[in-house]
Formats: sequence, C-alpha cells, structure tokens
Amino acid sequence: MALLSKKDTGLILDPLADNNPITIQVLGICSALAITAELKASIVMAISVLFVLGLGNVVISLMRNIIPSKIRIIVQLVVVAALVIIVDQVLKAFAYELSKTLSVFVGLIITNCIIMGRFEAFALGNGPWKSFLDGIGNAAGYGLILVIVGFFRELLGSGTLLGFKVLGDPIAKTGIYAIGYENNGFMLLSPMALIVVGLIIWVQRSRNKALIEEN
Amino acid sequence: MLEHVELFFKSIFIDNMVFATFLGMCSYLAVSKKVTTAVGLGAAVIFVLAVTVPMNWLLDQYLLRDGALAWLGPEYADYNLSFLSFILFIATIATMVQLVEIVVEKFSPALYNSLGIFLPLIAVNCAILGGSLFMQSRDIQTLGLAFNYGVASGIGWFLAILAIAAIREKIRYSNVPAPLRGLGITFIITGLMAIGFMSFGGMLTGGDEAPKEATETTAQKVEEIKIEKEAKENTVSYNNAINK
Repeated sequence: MALLSKKDTGLILDPLADNNPITIQVLGICSALAITAELKASIVMAISVLFVLGLGNVVISLMRNIIPSKIRIIVQLVVVAALVIIVDQVLKAFAYELSKTLSVFVGLIITNCIIMGRFEAFALGNGPWKSFLDGIGNAAGYGLILVIVGFFRELLGSGTLLGFKVLGDPIAKTGIYAIGYENNGFMLLSPMALIVVGLIIWVQRSRNKALIEEN
Repeated sequence: MLEHVELFFKSIFIDNMVFATFLGMCSYLAVSKKVTTAVGLGAAVIFVLAVTVPMNWLLDQYLLRDGALAWLGPEYADYNLSFLSFILFIATIATMVQLVEIVVEKFSPALYNSLGIFLPLIAVNCAILGGSLFMQSRDIQTLGLAFNYGVASGIGWFLAILAIAAIREKIRYSNVPAPLRGLGITFIITGLMAIGFMSFGGMLTGGDEAPKEATETTAQKVEEIKIEKEAKENTVSYNNAINK
C-alpha cells in the first residue's frame, strides 16, 4: 500500500496552487503581509504555521466527536493558543533576535484565519491522518506565498537574501551597484507588501483563467 | 490630556491597524463588498476592541507582567506569567464576542442576521488580539489610555473598511483587467490607500523636523522609518523586560 493515495496527494498539492489559502481562500493575510520584509522572517513564520496547523489539525480531528458544537470556537482557540505558546517560547529560547523581528506576529498566529478556517472546514469532519496532510498542505501553500513575497521584498528592498549581499555592496559600489542600481527602500515599507501580493494574484489568475472572479 | 489626544489620532491615522500593521485583513477583505455590512462589522469591531483592550490591560497589569502578582504578597513578586498572555487574552476576547453576539441578537435581530457568520469571526479577527498584544508591547500606562487606544484603533479599522467598501462598490463599473478583478485589485487599492495613510506620519513631528533639502516624499519616508524604528525599539524594550 502506498503511503499516500492519489486523494491524499491532492490534499497536499491543491493548496499550493489552485486552492491557495492566501490568494484563493483569502485566509491568513495579516501575517503574510506584515513580516515579509525579510526572507528569513518569512521562512520562520511559514515553519511556525506549518507546525501549529499540522499538529492542531490532528488534535482537533482526534477530538472532533467530543467537542460540543456550541463552544467549539473556544476549544479551537485554546488548542491553537497552547501550540502557539510552544512556538513562541522555542523562538525566544533559540532565535531571540528573530523573535524580536516577528514581535507580536507570533502571537497573532492564534488568530490566523487559515488555522481556524482549516479546523472548521476540514479537521471537524475528517480523520487525523487526512487532517494532518491537509494542515501540512495548506501551511505549505501559505508558506509558498510568504517566501515569494519575502524573496522579492528583501531582494529589491535591501539587495540581500537571508542577509547575504547577493547584488553586491551598495556602499562600496560593487556588483550591480557599479552600474548605478539603487535599492528600492520603498519595497520594505508596508504598502508594497499589499501590492506584491496583488501582483502575485494577477499572475496566478492570468495563468489559470478558471480562477477569475466576476468583479 | 494631551497624551490622550496624541494617542487617539496616532492610533487612528498613523498606526492604522489595516494600513500600517495589516491586522484584521481577512475580514477586511471578505466583508468589504457592501457598505452596509462593512459598517455593521466595523461598529462591532470598535465595540469589542473598546471592551477587550482595557480588560486585557487589567489582566496584564495585575496578573501577567513581570512582578504583577506582587499585590498577592511579597513571595509572589518574582513571578512572570507573561507567557500565558496569549491564552488569557484570547479567552477574554472569545468570551466578550460571545457576549456581544447574545446582546446583538436580543436587541437588533436585523443587524444580527445581516452580520451572520461574521460575528463569531470577530473572535478570530487579528485586529482584536493584535490590539491587546500591541497594548502590551507598547507598554500603555493607564487604564484610560488603554480604553482610548482600543476605541481609536477600532475607529481606524472602521474607517479603513468603510473606505474600501465604498471603493469596491464603485469599482464594479470600471474596466479592470480580468485576472485582477476581485481580490487582486482590492489588494492593490489597499496598497495605494496605505501609501496615502503613510503621509499622516508627518503629524507626529509637524513635518518641520524633516531635513529641508529632502524632497517631500523622501521626508515622509524618513518619518516612516523613524516610526518603524520607534516601534521596533518598543518591542525590544518589551522583550528585554520579559527576559529579565
């Protein structure tokens, strides 16, 4: 028996493109925009969400038959909050500088709509293994957008990637700066995050006409 | 008094929740197709923020922050429970939202029906939790200021969703490139609005302290960077406080 059936592969691969949580389902935008000025922060955020969503989906799916539906939101919030506290404490212990960059946005994973959305839409109605795959898939789709946005914002905004000067030294005027290139500091400011995501949506929908909205 | 006025306008315009920190974007994008629903949700957000931020301020002050338990007795003065703040804040918020839901259902069934699923969604609106977390990280000093901060950030969010809803109602009649319709153009409009709101950054200094030789746009940029630096420093001091 194969580890992943065809349907299971779909659970992981669909959210990467045609059912992407950010560009199609419109979930989890806040953190996607706020911390993407650096690629490193984007990657850490993506991994944190992967952890919280993958594990949270399993926990909720295991408990789905004993949660009374009236208080399910509070139960879900408690599960997420517990997982996020773990992530926050781990970050503070092992990546203190980074946890300062992320500031309140680690805490805001709790209210990341992707997580509640997947709990509501998937984990409450499916078994643990499927829920786990669904969580991983959606978190990966989210992470993909984060990494793309982070890549462009850091590359064009400060000329670095993960802190390495890939375009040359802006002060010593080496590399591409020698021919008069300047960093576009505007990419680091908040409005550009919105516009970059808007452009990603544009590209995605021109490639797949089925996703185009009415108005 | 002056600090109240300053915080009020700063929270509405300069640190606008949607345009400066991207909080509550999901509901901002999802519920902004019609002005009427946008107004309903915006009002609910103002109310919930006005209640939860002061409540969480009290929790933070007397339960969570470093040494907050000193009022129990000297042997408790060393406790620092701030790692619990996420779970306590969200519990307060979920309870308050449930309460608002009950009240709205009783007194205004029409509003309740039009808000529908979005009322429970306020519980997971990042703007609400974000308000409390920023209140904590920016170290707001008094209960009055916390209330002020909650109301003002709510008004900022309200303004943002009202504006985008009005624009989206009109843009239906424009010829937007097909792949950009709907979500894409909303993102880009929000980005442009955010650029507009960045110019409010000059309110902090009156715009006079910026270097004279710089052009206007770069002066604004400098302001923004200053503000961001300030915010970063705030979080640094907060994190230092945690790790003491």
